[in-house]
Amino acid sequence: MNIPKQLKYTKSHEWIQVDGDIATVGITDHAQSELGDIVFVELPAVGRTVNAQESVGSIESVKTVSDFYAPVAGEVVERNDALTSESELVNSDPYAGGWLIKIKMSGGTDGLLDAESYAKEIG
Amino acid sequence: MPYIPHTAADREAMLGVIGVERIEELWREIPEDLRLKGELNLPSARDENQLFNYLLSLANQNISAAKVDWYLGAGLYDRYIPATVGALISRGEFLTAYTPYQPELSQGYLQTIYEFQSMVAELYGMDLANASMYDGSTAMAEAARMASAITGKTRVSVSEAVHPNYREVLRTYAWASDLEVETLKQEGGATVLDGASDTACIIVQYPNFFGTIENLTAARMAADSLGALLIVVADPVACALLKPPGEYGADIVVGEGQPMGVAMGFGGPLVGLFATKTEHIRRIPGRIVGLTQDAQNRPGYVMTLRTREQDIRRDKATSNICTNEALMALAATIYMTALGKNGMQSVAESSVRNTQYAIEQFRAAGFPPAFNTKVFGEVAINVGQNAATVRDRLLDQGIMAGLPLGDYYPGMENFLLAAFTENRRKEQIDRFVAALKHL
Repeated sequence: MNIPKQLKYTKSHEWIQVDGDIATVGITDHAQSELGDIVFVELPAVGRTVNAQESVGSIESVKTVSDFYAPVAGEVVERNDALTSESELVNSDPYAGGWLIKIKMSGGTDGLLDAESYAKEIG
Repeated sequence: MPYIPHTAADREAMLGVIGVERIEELWREIPEDLRLKGELNLPSARDENQLFNYLLSLANQNISAAKVDWYLGAGLYDRYIPATVGALISRGEFLTAYTPYQPELSQGYLQTIYEFQSMVAELYGMDLANASMYDGSTAMAEAARMASAITGKTRVSVSEAVHPNYREVLRTYAWASDLEVETLKQEGGATVLDGASDTACIIVQYPNFFGTIENLTAARMAADSLGALLIVVADPVACALLKPPGEYGADIVVGEGQPMGVAMGFGGPLVGLFATKTEHIRRIPGRIVGLTQDAQNRPGYVMTLRTREQDIRRDKATSNICTNEALMALAATIYMTALGKNGMQSVAESSVRNTQYAIEQFRAAGFPPAFNTKVFGEVAINVGQNAATVRDRLLDQGIMAGLPLGDYYPGMENFLLAAFTENRRKEQIDRFVAALKHL
């Protein structure tokens, strides 16, 4: 299972990459593998204010539908609209082309896991 | 013959398995004084012949469009139903099929639903339609909830000139889903659009409850200025002649499909139509049947989309409809196919002609229309006295004159809403006018 060292993680299987005050968010390789073939991704509107751990969208696979959560508080400033037509990017490239949203952070990154802790979390 | 499959011996054997001697022992939990002692006080059973005659005598007490001249519309219309509709929907493959959605064995039914969706979308000028809803009123309420889910706003604005019963259904849905319903006033028979506040949607009817062909360009602009969706409740038959709501940029178009091949049936069963733009497909209530290919590249129809929320994430759902009105949708499909584009246009044109003829005759007899708006197939007439009394007295002469408006619109006690479908003839309309004049 691919768990890049430079990223932070949540127990709900999102990854987050912080660059200045902008956080890029996606779901982990483990999460996409558990979901199976992803057929639809519902993303929040740009401009929406979100709280940490708030459900902000959903990912539908052939098996199920799962919410995904904002790892940090802030404002949604960008979303990956390529997923509208190519939701399978979340399966094939979860850490790059399959990113979900970018959040302009209004607070810190408390409570996030590093790669090692996340690896333990998913056993 | 008792029509009960279990014999006394069967029942005894079953009681033996669960270790009970008499079935009454299973009712221990019900307090003694609440239990029925002895038999229900019902008359003894009648034989089939007697029962048939009894039911026939009851049915004969009904007033139907087959017995009197029928001008009552207000949402359900007395339109001609080609014989082919009844003949085909009575086939067992259609009539008694239960949840016929397995692609392996229901290609025929699935194809009819696919054709239904395609034709409804075309009539309404929209990208897509679903497999149908319960009726026009619930389709409208679902559209309002969908608009709320799309926009994230909890207020919905509905015109006072939308069917009063539809608005009642909307209020019920709104109450249960914490939506606030704002009513937009009507003036002169058309909706006043500049009164809306920040809202998820503006809902207008086309033609509206008074028959008026609403200005959808203005409705679209009013919705745009508020960042709201435009929902149009449209008569599908009228859309065969009028510019369809989709061409005005409507976001969701709903309606009652009954005028297309479904009997009025004293109010049901009906069939709701629901169409929208592709961008909203994931929010659509109900289901959509699609055309695909099997492993050998043969065309096949399948249930393509059912919003998962409705089945497995009910707390997130904006709709609880997990079904459709397949048989009534089939009737509408056969109707549209049998009439074709020209046939439907000709039905709509006849309605317009009959309505215009009636307006002229009533006006000449001293009964002007309530409003000076352009109407399609229905009009509110000022009968100069209490319209409910007029309705009752004309019924004695074999004329079902229409709907008295006073119960729904205070102040309109002297107005009668009357529909003039292609089923009415000029002589009948003349008789109606003369009868009203001589009351």
